[in-house]
Amino acid sequence: MRKKVLIIGVIGADVHAVGNKILYHAFTEAGFEVVNLGVMVSQEEFISAAVEAGADAIVVSSLYGQGELDCRGMREKCDEAGLRGIPLIVGGNIVIGKQAFGDVEKRFKEMGFDRVFPPGTSPETAIAEINEILNTGDRMALAK
Amino acid sequence: MKPVLLIDFGSTYTKVTAVDIDGERLLGTASAYTTADADIINGLANALSVLENKTGKIEYAEKYACSSAAGGLRMAVCGLVPELTAEAARLASLGAGAKIIKIYSYQLTEDDIEEIRKAKPDIFLLAGGTDGGNTECIVHNAKALRSLPERFPVIIAGNRTAAAKCGKILNGWQVFICENVMPKFGVLNIEPAQNQIREIFLHRIIEAKGITKASKLISGIVMPTPSAVLKAVQLLAEGCGGEKGIGSLITVDVGGATTDVYSVADGAPGRINTVYKGLPEPYVKRTVEGDIGMRYSIHGIEDCFGIKRISQLSGLSENRTRELVKLLGEKTDMLPNGVPELEALDFALASLATEAAVTRHAGTVKETYSMSGLVYVQSGKDLTEVRQIVLTGGSLIHTKRTNEIAVHALYSPEQPASLRPKDASVWVDRSYILAAMGLLSEHYPKTALKIMKKEIKMDGFAK
Repeated sequence: MRKKVLIIGVIGADVHAVGNKILYHAFTEAGFEVVNLGVMVSQEEFISAAVEAGADAIVVSSLYGQGELDCRGMREKCDEAGLRGIPLIVGGNIVIGKQAFGDVEKRFKEMGFDRVFPPGTSPETAIAEINEILNTGDRMALAK
Repeated sequence: MKPVLLIDFGSTYTKVTAVDIDGERLLGTASAYTTADADIINGLANALSVLENKTGKIEYAEKYACSSAAGGLRMAVCGLVPELTAEAARLASLGAGAKIIKIYSYQLTEDDIEEIRKAKPDIFLLAGGTDGGNTECIVHNAKALRSLPERFPVIIAGNRTAAAKCGKILNGWQVFICENVMPKFGVLNIEPAQNQIREIFLHRIIEAKGITKASKLISGIVMPTPSAVLKAVQLLAEGCGGEKGIGSLITVDVGGATTDVYSVADGAPGRINTVYKGLPEPYVKRTVEGDIGMRYSIHGIEDCFGIKRISQLSGLSENRTRELVKLLGEKTDMLPNGVPELEALDFALASLATEAAVTRHAGTVKETYSMSGLVYVQSGKDLTEVRQIVLTGGSLIHTKRTNEIAVHALYSPEQPASLRPKDASVWVDRSYILAAMGLLSEHYPKTALKIMKKEIKMDGFAK
């Protein structure tokens, strides 16, 4: 059976490479085909890679607090590029300062992200949830 | 003495080069004007008689030829995303010596198909999707091509999952399936497609272009001319069999209609804190600027830099520059022949053609501030550490001002983002033998290298 393809990378002007490497190994170990775009990845790069690789999901990381700005409009761009309904997953330290995670999650879901993970999420949790999305089709984009 | 004849069938000139393998030396070169495709044999006969006047009659042991006659190897390519598989397909074709008539991406439309029908490419390179990635696009495009009334060879070098299906769709066509130009995201794999292009060129294109008559006289037309030049410069850079090369280099060939740039260099980011973006570029890279040339494309140089800059460089008044540019655009066979005004203008044109073409060939870097400080984002090849520039082509090898021209291939403070060499030794292909030596290198690489090292003169240093 074809492996599920994930596009991963750290969005915006963020150069935090360590978490990205850990995720790459964890996702690969878990049986995914992983396209790792590394750090400082623009929305357009995520989308181009997803189109070419026929991706099953895009996993966006952000650690430097600007994630909300960087992620805005990504769902709309996916729709435009013919990736309608592709699962979008985001995680890390995605907003500035201390904010209640419930609010943050709500805002990102409104932006079209299917899963939003807080700081300190273990790779296992992410893997389990990604599998759930891909196997059950349980995600925001389809529900809309 | 073991004399070998090397022939370059061009669209306007047939060039012949005679070498002695045993003596590892150049015997002579000559060229003759070719008027029409049908007269290709006459062009060769004329060139040979000019050569014979110089060298005396020679019985050649072997004869090899390359060709860019009849418009060169005309290719159309198609990928999925413009900067990914379409770019990989472009790099593959250019590196195989092709002239690209059009690059398509995403799904081919009815208008695209109509355009392809009119353009009649010699070969179509169909790519799209990484292995296991997108299949819809390449399958759609294979179906779109099938509707064309006139067939041409199609190379399928896309998603391997879809390749066989595309082959079936194009049943009855000359279809060649080879490895994906981008098997994984960001991995360039252009050699299999290039070998296939060359194979098709050898066996099919030559016949179609009426060059078979000529090929009976010689041991065979081995490759397209740009591909021969590429082989020569790679050999010159790397060396072979204990004979040292000159190291990483850039070669600039300014022609009447196009300007070709070749680089044989790694080009990976040279400094720390650099993030690389975009497709990795091939170690041996060729680019062709179809809008930059000394005559047919003179207005491309004008569009790029403006009359004022050409006038400043040439020292002619703006009005006179404008008049002459117009004149040369019409009289495309006009040579300076010692007329000071024309020499000055050609100097300016050659300098600017070099500047435009090398700038487009080289990578760029930009500074970005991240939360952890300054980082550099590079795309394309970093050629700042390349220390050799080789100049070839009529307008560069017949001038004395090669160093002044070569400066335009270098880093300039006005364009700090362009990753061109900081300073370099300038080599000039005065006897115009690069293509011939590329041909010779197929069978006698070491001899070809030794002759190049003798004949390609170091002309100075540009800074």
